[in-house]
Amino acid sequence: MITSQGASWLKPLLNAWSWLFLALILVFFEVYARVETGQTFLMRAYNIQAIGIAASQILLLALGLTLVVVAGHIDLSIGFTTGLSAVVMALVIRWFGADGGWPVVILAMAVGLGAALIVGVINGWLVAILDVPSFIGTLGTYGVARGAALIVAGGATVSIRSEEARSFGNGDIFSIPVPVAVAIALALLCHYILAHTRFGVHTYAIGSNRASAERAGVNVKRHLMYLFIISALTAAVGGLVYTGRFSAGAANAGEPILLYAVAAVFIGGASLTGGQGTIVGTVIGAIIIAVIQFGLVFSGLPPYWQFVAVGLVIIVAVLVDQSRGKLTGGKLTGGTT
Amino acid sequence: MTVLLEANGLTKRFGGIQAVSDVSFKVEEGECVVLAGDNGAGKSTVIKMIAGVYPPTAGEARFQGNIVSGRSPFQVRNAGIETIYQDLALADNLDVGLNLYLGREKTRRLFGLPVVARKAMRQDAINVLQRLGINVPDPDAPVRDFSGGQRQAIAIARAIHWKAKLVIMDEPTAALGVPEQREVMALIERLKSQGVGIILISHNLPDIFAAGDRIIILTRGSVAGERRPQETNEEEIVRLMMGG
Repeated sequence: MITSQGASWLKPLLNAWSWLFLALILVFFEVYARVETGQTFLMRAYNIQAIGIAASQILLLALGLTLVVVAGHIDLSIGFTTGLSAVVMALVIRWFGADGGWPVVILAMAVGLGAALIVGVINGWLVAILDVPSFIGTLGTYGVARGAALIVAGGATVSIRSEEARSFGNGDIFSIPVPVAVAIALALLCHYILAHTRFGVHTYAIGSNRASAERAGVNVKRHLMYLFIISALTAAVGGLVYTGRFSAGAANAGEPILLYAVAAVFIGGASLTGGQGTIVGTVIGAIIIAVIQFGLVFSGLPPYWQFVAVGLVIIVAVLVDQSRGKLTGGKLTGGTT
Repeated sequence: MTVLLEANGLTKRFGGIQAVSDVSFKVEEGECVVLAGDNGAGKSTVIKMIAGVYPPTAGEARFQGNIVSGRSPFQVRNAGIETIYQDLALADNLDVGLNLYLGREKTRRLFGLPVVARKAMRQDAINVLQRLGINVPDPDAPVRDFSGGQRQAIAIARAIHWKAKLVIMDEPTAALGVPEQREVMALIERLKSQGVGIILISHNLPDIFAAGDRIIILTRGSVAGERRPQETNEEEIVRLMMGG
């Protein structure tokens, strides 16, 4: 058949579209920078670092979300789970005073993660046990986490003066900024879980056909519970990094990143119907968004254009996903192999 | 012949609705027992009680002497009863290997960490399917790219690979074209020749007469009759199915 022959060379091309798209926007901004300002965009350490930090912020919310989406669900609460853990970490450091050093910072991080754990467990309980649709259930906890963070913070930003926390957010490990290093480490961990463990295979199986996973002996309820906990915890790490970077915890720390995190997951090849998506794809998605964000600022356009640009990219991503199905006569996996 | 499965007085009520009442039958090694009946006659509920999906309200199912009813689907499957459901029970986005091993994936060690052994499982799947005379054009592809017959074959291959002693099939040819229906019927014969017991749910009369060694007719949740194909004819089966 002609269509299936066409598919044989189209398939890899469409599967690699996010790579191509990333290359395209990098070329675009490089050419633009050289023509407009006579300077390079890509060859500057500062630019690379700024893009890396922006991408890592998005990624920390998007990593756990990817697992949830592969299982056919969504977690909208992550934006404010980030804020909640940021505020809680700052409050604990403030409570014990800045002189406590690393023990207090580490304790504060643990309590911040603990607060997120509660949100994750509630999400898991709503979706897995009570069968609430995840879109609605996590929209509810989005509100609850937001309110809780504002209440404990007294409606204000909780600033701290802790040298240790500051170095966590702004220091380097082997000349890689700590936020980027943390995001890389978590990305590797999530990639291992999703692509190489039985837990990951079961996540795809649940997203493909929940009944078949159940019949094959997968404890779907417990599995979903774990996924929402993982999602809350990676988002919380984003909050801890935020508090470190800005020496302050803010309830809305994750709010502007939520849209970008969701976008990164879907640009990376995941599908709302579940069973598709990879961590590698999400990483590329996050980098694409970070490049657009930073590139537009670099080009001197008003910053609000980034919302327009990212919105357009999401629509293009969905169109590409749909045309994959049409052109090849069946939906493709986002590389479960 | 050895009795594989014995259903004794299986009964299921959903709230006030009596879905199945007092259904008893036996399945022997290498025997194909057909559960025939109109829609809503309780065929699917009977097999779901055997497969561990529903616990029976009363009665029990014994497999090789041990009670299996009331266990989980996973325990029943591990005991040697493989169920092939109408909706195929495949995970569409996974390849043949992962579908063959779903829930019991093989792992290997990489730098001390357990990783899923995709290639090994894929090779096993190709081997099992080849033994069944089925060629897999693209083993890397997700099973949603496969035809209905190939998908049904994968589900049956799973039963063979895990050495099931009893295979329950719910309308295995319902969604298939004529050549694929023949392939599935041939697979059933092959399973029987290997001593595997089969419970076949069907309301396709040619299938019932081709594969069945015994036909159990259900009407409104109860056994309306039991016949051997050579002792009966299509009219009588239809009459029993209609409750006449």
